[in-house]
Amino acid sequence: MKTVYARPKLLKEAHFHYCPGCGHGIINRLLMEVIEEMDLQGDAICVAPAGCGMLLYNYFEIDVVEAAHGRGAAVATGIKRVRPQNLVFSYQGDGDLAAIGTAEGFHAANRGENITVIFVNNGVYGMTGGQMAPTTLLDQVTTTTPTGRDAGLAGHPVRICEVFSVLDGTSYLERVAVNKPAAVVKARKAITKAFQRQIDGAGFSLVEILSPCPVNWKMGPLEACQWIDEVMVKQFPLGVFKEVPC
Amino acid sequence: MRRLMSGNAALGEAAVLSGCTHYFGYPITPQNELTEYMARRMPGAGGVFIQSESEIAAINMVLGASVAGARSMTSSSGPGMSLKQEGISYLVADELPAVIVNMMRGGPGMGNISAAQSDYFQATRGGGHGDYRTVVLAPGSVQELTEVVPLAFDLADKYRNPVIILGDGMLGQMMEPVDFDGLVRPPDYDKSWALTGARGRPAQAIYSLIFDTKLQEEHNWKLQRKFRLIEQNEVRYETYLADDAEMIVVAYGIGARVAKGAIKRLRQEDLKVGMIRPITLWPFPTKALQEMAKTVSDFFVFEMSAGQMVEDVRLALEGKGHIHFYGRPGGVIPMPVELYRIISRHYYQAHAGGKRKKP
Repeated sequence: MKTVYARPKLLKEAHFHYCPGCGHGIINRLLMEVIEEMDLQGDAICVAPAGCGMLLYNYFEIDVVEAAHGRGAAVATGIKRVRPQNLVFSYQGDGDLAAIGTAEGFHAANRGENITVIFVNNGVYGMTGGQMAPTTLLDQVTTTTPTGRDAGLAGHPVRICEVFSVLDGTSYLERVAVNKPAAVVKARKAITKAFQRQIDGAGFSLVEILSPCPVNWKMGPLEACQWIDEVMVKQFPLGVFKEVPC
Repeated sequence: MRRLMSGNAALGEAAVLSGCTHYFGYPITPQNELTEYMARRMPGAGGVFIQSESEIAAINMVLGASVAGARSMTSSSGPGMSLKQEGISYLVADELPAVIVNMMRGGPGMGNISAAQSDYFQATRGGGHGDYRTVVLAPGSVQELTEVVPLAFDLADKYRNPVIILGDGMLGQMMEPVDFDGLVRPPDYDKSWALTGARGRPAQAIYSLIFDTKLQEEHNWKLQRKFRLIEQNEVRYETYLADDAEMIVVAYGIGARVAKGAIKRLRQEDLKVGMIRPITLWPFPTKALQEMAKTVSDFFVFEMSAGQMVEDVRLALEGKGHIHFYGRPGGVIPMPVELYRIISRHYYQAHAGGKRKKP
């Protein structure tokens, strides 16, 4: 019998704590697949966030440090400046990178730090129970926008790839999704490219991943995946926002 | 060779000579000369200097560098130190070494840029969230920085805990002759805990999230056992004319320099006043004060604050001494003659009516 797919060796045999239909599990698996494929296990250092991704060290068979909420890019900067030969990436949610840690992410990008940020955008604060995120869509209902996000009261959804694209320090920015097989294949390619560019010394790279959060969106898993295509991508169009030749 | 240097610059040089390879900082007066010195000095020394976007970023860069095994440092003053507290709490929880300098200024709020000693509580009580301590070293002269800085890096590595160097705007900005001849680079410690990539060893992680309350409690007790060990082994202080003293001044840092001037005048008038100068503010020289209290009845605490260290003196003496206090908050630096007048008044009042009784 021919094996066509197997769990990557770098993904520990643990049960994910993620909710049913959550995209984090797919993204975790993709990262370990790519690192395994690129033979970077001995080089990779992951900076885990506060939020749904905070238990990465329970799943990843690579070195992991947990950063305070929002500080991932600053911690990654410190590590990379000591160990420039290592692959250093932070894993950050939308609250982490686009609200409390905007300054750290923005300035790491602007310095052109040779790190990679894996930015998981699911439009809500998942771990704390579904409050408004900086990326929550207008009119989207969350526990802190009970009548829907009102721009006059709560501002607009933050588009990180677009904002970071005008910074001279950024080298590669792409927005992908993990809501269907074809999208997952593209996400895998984007992560591979971002890591390769870091190895090549190209500077700051970021892959933004639209990821379903059915529990906090109050949807079924399938519905959540469809909602990304039908609604979310209108605010957060997929594609490469910047790719500086290297 | 003796050189004339500001405290801030001397601190930077001492850090480089102590093996500090990574410095991250954000400008704030009165410590800018240190940041600027590191910007000039680090590249030539094979180290890294980054001017961070904030004090929050700086302390987290320090954390990252420490995670990767480097000796790293940041520096600031009061308002910036408030921002660093989050990171300091994580450094302690993660058991990561780091050296953090606070050149204190007048506060609260924006305050001013004059020398003050108003961040004693913040430094010695942990400062951030959670149940923890940091070692706090309080140098009193530019030359003493050449002893305190290598000690700070050594204690940080030895105990895997952040160490605060608590100076003030005057120590940072005044220039004094200094030589680095006696500075010995602290030894390298085993850092197999550092994250270097899982090459030839299993993957490892550094984190402070412990959902299981029993495990979190055990982690807390582990930290507390370490703090008790530090209290037993690392107390440092200096005494001055204390042997025959009937009144002991307790002062630290630049406050102790002012007090020394006052004591010289008092001695000229045969007032038996001496001094104890804590060099470690935490751990506090509790036992030394208790020993003194066996023969000395009066303790005069002087601080450039409204009274913070005086609480540790009270706790140390446990009622076994009369405690006097004089403080000047807000960045005011009193002259020795002012302190001389105050101490002498307290001395005469204490000794009015013959031999002073213990409380």
